Order: sequence, then structure tokens, then C-alpha cells
Amino acid sequence: MNPLQARQLVIDVPGRPAGYPLNFTIGRGQMWGVLGPNGAGKTTLLHTLAGLRLPRQGEIFLGEQPLTALKRRAVARQMGLVFQERQDGFPASVLETALIGRHPWLAPWQMETDLDRRLAEQALQQLDVAHLSDRLVSTLSGGERQRVSIATVLTQNPDTWLLDEPTNHLDLHHQVAVMQLLRAQAAAGRAVFMCLHDLNLAARWCDHVLLLYPNGDACWGPAERMLVPAALERLYGQKLLTVEADGKPVFVPVPTTGEL
Amino acid sequence: MSRRLISPLLVLAVLSGLAMVLSVGVGSVALSPGEVMAALLGDGSDLQRTLVVELRLPRTLSAFATGGLLAVAGALMQVLLRNPLADPYVLGLSGGAAVGAMLAMVAGLGGLLVSGSAFAGALLATLMVFGLAHGTGSWTPSRLLLTGVVVAAGWGAVITLMLAISPAQQLPGMLYWLMGDVSYARAPVPGMVLLLAVCLAVIPFGRSLNVLARGPMQAAALGISVRPLEWLIYVAASLLTATAVTMAGSIGFVGLVVPHMLRLVLGNDQRLILPACALAGGTLLVLADTLARVVIAPEQLPVGVITALLGVPTFLYLLYRSR
Repeated sequence: MNPLQARQLVIDVPGRPAGYPLNFTIGRGQMWGVLGPNGAGKTTLLHTLAGLRLPRQGEIFLGEQPLTALKRRAVARQMGLVFQERQDGFPASVLETALIGRHPWLAPWQMETDLDRRLAEQALQQLDVAHLSDRLVSTLSGGERQRVSIATVLTQNPDTWLLDEPTNHLDLHHQVAVMQLLRAQAAAGRAVFMCLHDLNLAARWCDHVLLLYPNGDACWGPAERMLVPAALERLYGQKLLTVEADGKPVFVPVPTTGEL
Repeated sequence: MSRRLISPLLVLAVLSGLAMVLSVGVGSVALSPGEVMAALLGDGSDLQRTLVVELRLPRTLSAFATGGLLAVAGALMQVLLRNPLADPYVLGLSGGAAVGAMLAMVAGLGGLLVSGSAFAGALLATLMVFGLAHGTGSWTPSRLLLTGVVVAAGWGAVITLMLAISPAQQLPGMLYWLMGDVSYARAPVPGMVLLLAVCLAVIPFGRSLNVLARGPMQAAALGISVRPLEWLIYVAASLLTATAVTMAGSIGFVGLVVPHMLRLVLGNDQRLILPACALAGGTLLVLADTLARVVIAPEQLPVGVITALLGVPTFLYLLYRSR
């Protein structure tokens, strides 16, 4: 696979004077978590890495080539993005939605074949939404829609997964199921890079962590080096209590004095 | 191409054939379908042949082409704006074309120059709407629709102004552009050719359009170069609208009603919807024109009246149903 790489990257967050340039490679088998408070630019970073937004400075490489030199179609074969927000202007069924993941793999005039349909159905099955195949996406619950959009990227089958809050709306069981699916992807030689609002999910599942501060500062590295209480407390402006469960740290917010 | 696409199109093609035979047969001298076919194949009396081939068939084909062009233009704009309420009439393209045609008439021009001016008006209207809505860089669908509606209202005011200050003898010709009427349309060939060309040209873009209908960001993430595709749709839709308006004046709501009804029945696969719109839009306008000819025969209604009477309730229903 061609690893995704940020070189001297400064994302363009409106109204922010500057940022610390990002230099990292999302390598084979790695599972990255991006942490930061609301408005720190997590989604902007993800969209910039996907080439959907121009950076203020720096470049993104996919393997040896800059992203901007590649055709969108070639990019889409190597990199998939699960959006946090979805707009549906027109009604579409769950199966149709998963099937568009095959788009970058088909020639313009080609119709989807039974094979494509089977891949989409398998993806839906893996996300536990196969029974909803014929339902309109607009009639699903938030968690079901979230799983359908993950199934779409699974159908797309990219080497590098970018995900914006993949556990949004998911119940605990499906949170674990999705994380296990992503870990299996990483174990199979893919790379996963996701924004998370839940610090403990990053602590549980990620081997690399990027902390994004609201003022544009950032630091990144192996999870155990990044997930230290002092850094995290500064990140969220929130006092934390650390306990250990199942061999991993769990961070619990401590109410500010004076509150209940 | 799978059967899923072929069979609905075959049904629609048969329906449009039947509608055309009916339309050609109905009139001051009624002809049976058999007589119509005979005249088309060169048999029958001289009178029947003249009636069918020279008088009624061009009008029927013009109605078909106009309806098809408007419906496809509407369907394309709806994908572009991701809004089922978009259509050339609502966005003010028809109004721009009407103003172009009327300006040419006021200037004393005639024939082809009026058509050319209508064409320029439609293109100008599209450029204005898209240019203004583009504004600071974001092409949000709701903003585009709102801009279109406001620009359409502006065209309406210009039209009223021109009607108020024009000499009385020019009024009938001008009204024709406003009401939408295929009774003077005598050259269906360019419209038919364009309709066919666009239906063939969208085949390789069909799946990309399906993905674009999911939103520009999702489309880009799935490997579509969004901006070039959006421009292509925009140019194609303008061209289709301008051609339709040039043929038959401003006919409202075909571009709104037809794609909507087809999506309800056939789903939203553009590879199916776009050719289906061409057939169903054509059929609808052929039938509407036939109705317009017989309702108060021997007087004729402009077909625009019929489509508006169908379109307004549909538009309102759509608005009512959408959240």
C-alpha cells in the first residue's frame, strides 16, 4: 500500500492565525486516533488529508506522489472517508448506498455486476445491517445510518481508512464491533486514521495518537507516550482521574470544584 | 445494460408512440390510428398525407422534443442542486429566454434572430443564477434555488414592463413566448437530435451523477472530480432549456413534475431516470398539447396553461410533503 503522509502540513481553520506544522505517516497496520476539543479542527484535518480541502501550507503524499497530482479516482481506490455528517437529498436504499462504494472501481460505462452487489451485501452483513438492505436510508436510526456509511467504505475497500467519529450514535455493542472491524483492517495491512471524541476509545484501540489543540498546536506519536494525564488535561481544559481497567488506562473527568 | 433499465424504457417508448399517434389523429379532421399510420407510410389520400406529415406531425414532434428537453434539464438540475424542486422554469431560465425573445421583437427583429436572442437570454439567465449563487465560493443548493427564484421574479418584472410599453400590435407575438405554445413550432429536428445526443452522452456519466446526488464531498471522496462534472451538468441543462424555450416559449413545470413522478416509480438511478425523463416528458407534453387543442375546439389553448395547471398542485404537494 501507499502510506498517507503529511509533510509540513498546516490545516486551514478559518480565523486561526497559524498552526504547528504536521509531519506524520499513517503507516501500514497502524491505528491512529485524533483527539481534541470541539473546534480544534479534527474534521478539517481529516478532509484536508482526504484532499477535499486545501491546506494552508504543506503537502500530502500518497506513497511517492503528492495527492494533488493524483486523479480523484486513483485516490478513491486507495483512501476511503467516513463522514460525520451526511446529507441525503434523494431517497436511496441501504443496498444502493453501500453499492456506491464500488464507484471508483468501475469503468464509467460499466453497470454494477452481481459481484459488486455481493461485495456490498457482505459489507452490510459485517456491519450488521444486511437485514435493512431494502430500507430507505432516511428511515433508519442514527446508529444504523452510521453503520451503513461504514459499510459503504468497506465496500470501497481502501488501503487507508479515514473516519470522522465512527462511533457516533452507536450503542456499546456496535462500538466494539466497529472498532474490532477497524483493528482487523489494520491487522490485514491497512491503515486507520480516525477522529474520536471519546478519549477512552483512543486509549483502548489506537496505537498512535494525535493531539490537536484549539490554538493550532499539535503533537503526535505512539499512544502510550501521548496519553499522559497532564497533556490530556491541557487538551480538554478538564481535570482527569486515571484508573486502570483491563490493562489500559481509563480517563474519568473530575467535576470542577464548586459544582455537583 | 440490465433488464432493470431496459424494460421501463421500453414501456415508456411504447406509451410515447401511442401518444404521438393519438395526437396526430385528433383534430378538426379526426383520423383513426390506422389512417395515421397509412399516411405516415405514404398511403392514404393526399389530404390525409398533407394533414399528417406537414401539419400535425411537426407539431407533435416539437411538443415531444420540448417536453423531453425540459424534463431532462429539470432532472439534471435537481441532481446538481440536490433538490427535487429545481427546474428550469423555477430557476428563471425560461424567464431569461422570454426576455431575450421579446427584446428582439421590440427591436423589430424576426424569425431566427428572435430564437437566437431567446437562446442567449436562457444562457445569460443560467450564468447569472449560478454566478450570483456562487458568490463567496460556496455553491450551496438552497442558496442557488433562492437566487433562481429571485432572478425569475426579476425577469417577470422586466417582462411586464416590456408588455406595458410595447406597441399593441406586437403583444400577441410576445404573449406567445410567455404562455408557451407549440402551435408555431415547425422545426422539431434540432430539438430531437439534441435530446437523443444528451441521452446518449449521459450514459457514461450516469453513475457519477448518482454519486454526485449524495453530495459533493461524498462524491469527491468516491473519486469524482466534482467541479468539472457540475459545470458539465450546468452547461448541458442550459443548452437543453434554451433549445426547448426557443422552440415553444416558456412552458413551466414539465421539468419538475416528470422527474418527480418517475423517481417515485423507478427510483433515482440517473442511468434510468434521464432517458425515462426524455420519453415521459415528451409524452406528457404531447398529451397536454392534444388536450389543449380539443378542450375548447376549434379554439386552442397554449400548452403552457395545461402544464401549469398540472404542475402547480404537484409543486405544492412536494413542498407540503418535504420537511
